[in-house]
Amino acid sequence: MTETTWHGIIHATLKAHDVKLVTYVPDNVLRPLIERIHADDFFTAFTCTREEEAVGIVSGAWMGGMRGVVLMQTSGFATLPNVLASLPVPFQIPVLLIVSERGTLGEFNIGQAMVARTMRPVLDSIAMEHHTLSRLDEVEFITDRSIRQAVATQQPACLILSPLLTGGKVFK
Amino acid sequence: MNNQPATRDTAKAVARFDITQRLVAKLHNEEAVIGGIGHTNFDLWAAGRRPQNFYMLGSMGLAIPIALGVAIAQPQRKVIALEGDGSLLMMLGCLATVGARQPKNLIMVIMDNGAYEITGGQTTASAQGTDLAAVARATGIASAHWAADEAHFETLIDEALATPGPHLIAARLTSAKPAGQTERDPAQIRDRFMRGLGTKK
Ligand SMILES: Cc1ncc(C[n+]2csc(CCOP(=O)(O)OP(=O)(O)O)c2C)c(N)n1
Repeated sequence: MTETTWHGIIHATLKAHDVKLVTYVPDNVLRPLIERIHADDFFTAFTCTREEEAVGIVSGAWMGGMRGVVLMQTSGFATLPNVLASLPVPFQIPVLLIVSERGTLGEFNIGQAMVARTMRPVLDSIAMEHHTLSRLDEVEFITDRSIRQAVATQQPACLILSPLLTGGKVFK
Repeated sequence: MNNQPATRDTAKAVARFDITQRLVAKLHNEEAVIGGIGHTNFDLWAAGRRPQNFYMLGSMGLAIPIALGVAIAQPQRKVIALEGDGSLLMMLGCLATVGARQPKNLIMVIMDNGAYEITGGQTTASAQGTDLAAVARATGIASAHWAADEAHFETLIDEALATPGPHLIAARLTSAKPAGQTERDPAQIRDRFMRGLGTKK
């Protein structure tokens, strides 16, 4: 792969797996990925009013034959346990989530830090496959294998983008 | 019926199972139907199993988003969301998304009984002034109408099936028990639905 940025690699890997639909509630760290996706006609990408809605849309699209991914930040993930546990997990729908991790490694907002602590326990409690991307040289492998496994096992998966990878958001 | 468009106040209260049956009887082109949580999907189930029906078992408020996803993936197929008023009130933002995207093949049918019926009949905001068809129009969904009575409901469905959408049809309901209860087997519901949509062989 010739891409050298985390967002370039994720963009190319989504495309390689025919993941065409991108629904999201924006996040500043995700901005370069969102901008790339909007600049590429291959994707159908749009904002949603809530992350739950975004998961519903991607779930419907999967059943209709189109692969999709939901982009969000940690606080968006925290709105999702009910929907994950009652839609993609029991119905066996491979919704892919990409979460930009706030709340750790230099967080300046206590609210974000508290919310972030709920994320991995929730994922573990519903036995949802998740991986944290912290190294550039692992981004392609983890993204590629996670999509393959989600589709093959008909289960949702979550990729967490660590500030170690993205730089995160720091107080200036 | 006079010439004024029906409003929630003037609409005749109709029975959910009856209008669900009337709707299903008009589906001749393998239209997809997503039944929301509450009594909405129970009556869809009771109206007869179709491989193109999807029954939610949770995820309150997501009938329209799920239908929008199917509509995006299969633009040639008409996709119908059946959603209760309580459920839509929980996810009003999804109307804004539909208004922004204007999916031509999406039809939304709102089953407005003014209550959270399945949890004991507690009053919803739509019984206290929120006009869900007007909310839809305010988001840019121009074709959003109250069904004046059963015959008008059928006319609105015919028009929605025949013309580009998005369309929203709101029906004011009598309070009535559902005619059946959905079998809660999510993997099977999803598998049948995908075969019904031709995405699984
Ligand atoms: C997030 C969430 N909150 C609350 C509930 C409990 N609940 C299940 S169905 C329902 C009412 C649904 O109301 P409506 O959509 O109007 O349908 P009706 O019961 O009137 O047919 C409620 C509150 C739930 N399942 N999920």
